[in-house]
Amino acid sequence: MLIADAFFYLFATTCVAAGFMVISARNPVHAVLFLILAFVNAAGLFILLGAEFLALILVVVYVGAVAVLFLFVVMMLDVDFAELRAGFLDYLPIGALIGLILLVELILVFGSWVITPEISAHITTPTPPIDKVSNIEALGLILYTKYIYFFEAAGVILLIAMIGAIVLTLHHKEGIKRQSIVTQVGRTRDEAIEVRHVEPGQGL
Amino acid sequence: MTETVSPIVNYLSALPEICLVIGAMALLMLGAFRGNQTADLICWLSIGLLLFAATLVVVMPATGKVAFDGAFIMDRFAQFMKVLTLLGSAVVIFMSFEFMRSARLQKFEYPILIILATTGMLMMISANDLIALYLGLELQSLALYVIAAFRTDSVRSSEAGLKYFVLGALSSGMLLYGCSLIYGFTGTTGFSGIAAAATPSVHNLGLIFGLVFFMAGLAFKISAVPFHMWTPDVYEGAPTPVTAFFATAPKIAAMAMFLRAVHVAFPDITHQWQQIVVFISIGSMVLGAFAAIGQNDIKRLMAYSSIGHMGFALVGLASGDQAGVQAVIVYLTIYLVMNVGVFACILSMRRSDGMVEEIDELAGLSRNSPIMAFLLAMLMFSLAGIPPLAGFFAKFYVFLAAINAGLYVLAVIGVLSSVVGAYYYLRIIKIMYFDEPAEKFEPMPGALQGVLAVSGVLVIFFFTYPAPLVAAANIAAKSLF
Repeated sequence: MLIADAFFYLFATTCVAAGFMVISARNPVHAVLFLILAFVNAAGLFILLGAEFLALILVVVYVGAVAVLFLFVVMMLDVDFAELRAGFLDYLPIGALIGLILLVELILVFGSWVITPEISAHITTPTPPIDKVSNIEALGLILYTKYIYFFEAAGVILLIAMIGAIVLTLHHKEGIKRQSIVTQVGRTRDEAIEVRHVEPGQGL
Repeated sequence: MTETVSPIVNYLSALPEICLVIGAMALLMLGAFRGNQTADLICWLSIGLLLFAATLVVVMPATGKVAFDGAFIMDRFAQFMKVLTLLGSAVVIFMSFEFMRSARLQKFEYPILIILATTGMLMMISANDLIALYLGLELQSLALYVIAAFRTDSVRSSEAGLKYFVLGALSSGMLLYGCSLIYGFTGTTGFSGIAAAATPSVHNLGLIFGLVFFMAGLAFKISAVPFHMWTPDVYEGAPTPVTAFFATAPKIAAMAMFLRAVHVAFPDITHQWQQIVVFISIGSMVLGAFAAIGQNDIKRLMAYSSIGHMGFALVGLASGDQAGVQAVIVYLTIYLVMNVGVFACILSMRRSDGMVEEIDELAGLSRNSPIMAFLLAMLMFSLAGIPPLAGFFAKFYVFLAAINAGLYVLAVIGVLSSVVGAYYYLRIIKIMYFDEPAEKFEPMPGALQGVLAVSGVLVIFFFTYPAPLVAAANIAAKSLF
């Protein structure tokens, strides 16, 4: 138990510290790298909770894809982050207020479980208990059976998103030279080479 | 846990949706490999696919059995609404050819996005679970956002798409917030489970709070006041066939979803949602009547008209009984027929230098093309609700249902706003018949002529034989109770 606790505090402190560095780092690239650090530590916290699937998804999707995308955007777009952050301190009171509201809400949510324990009776637990099957297995058991309809519908929604992005942004410009393998390969010697007889000392 | 249904039964009950999605993907492949020169062919194939799906819906047994663990239901109500939606979508594609050709918008993705949006609508109609409802809604909305912005060379079309997208995302957020509260306070997302938990004996403030947000999200999709702000701008900015689509099929599907959600998931707390429906109904009717008066753009006018009509349909919903649902179904059917006809006219408002959208351009239409003017006038009379045209019966049934349910104030306000609304419909007729003729329009394409003729004939002669529609609506309404 002690080791698990130690790891919890290690992951949690690193995560909070990395989160703080994300908003305070001067260099935006550093900020994204700290964001990745925060993600990885959050994944560690999930593993401690026994949610290994969520942890792996976090690493694969957020670190592997989203954070790298951020990195690209930060590096490609010439945004002056120092200027964006100029009024940072002015917004601190509002930020603190929002943080306070979130804190109160969290306390209320957990408080409601303490005050009215019968609410937790409403929470349905259709999945098998965690000590019998791992949660990847539990997800797999229902994702393609009970939730197949939702799963496929979500897939079609993503397809529409893809079609939409292509329809709205792809413009075929006229007069652009493109590589055409067929014409390249189909060229014969006669079209490609012209034999000229050059007189000595004359040039073309 | 419900009894296990064999997978094949599940898939069979969703066969039309599956066919549409597979067909859309096949057409996408065809378009991707053959390019935009196949756009016309793909439009025709899409119409065929939609009609095929409609045939499937008709021949399939509509037993009211649930599939996919209660997420999907196929009953008489779903059957009727699905056929209506599929026909609406097919007619819109049929009307688009000429416009798309002249606007050089012949992209093969257009009919495919309409098919996918229609799939979403069918899922909304059959949704018997909050997650299924939301997924269907997003499937539909996402495709609609894209086709609203379809005209990438027009700033207004892009603006329409963006505005629709941002406000639609906001409304989805509200809907989801409501769903999460409903789920939190009932412990289930299935409509039957919610109905069992939402009883009047239990005073459940959190559930009602969730219901309000849920209905706000639904009201946005049918563009009911106070969630109507996007409608005029989107209708005006989107390409006209897309506007015609927005005004027909999605409205019907969203209203069907609204009907099922409140009647199946909250049957025992009718008095809770009735107040909300009465409020948005009055708001929509009054705003639709007054705001349309000052409009000069016919697409904007139709936007306000559709807001008003949704208000009238909500009158039937407000009565909260089977007669009310039947009235809404009749209303939506007639609304679809009328709107398709009017948009056939709007799509043929074309001069040699392009489309025109000002109402004044209709001046003297009675002398330039008397038949079109006559049919449009009949449609306008019908939209205004003047007997003996179909629109009168639509309004008659909803007001009758409201009066039988004791909602006298609502019915009186409805009749009064219908009188105010008659002004701007009659103004169009006055412009067509009594103003100095404007320049002639280009001759009307055959497809639009056909649609207008069918729509006009149905609207004019509905009173001679209304029984089949009323009977079908009755059977459909019965399956919700």
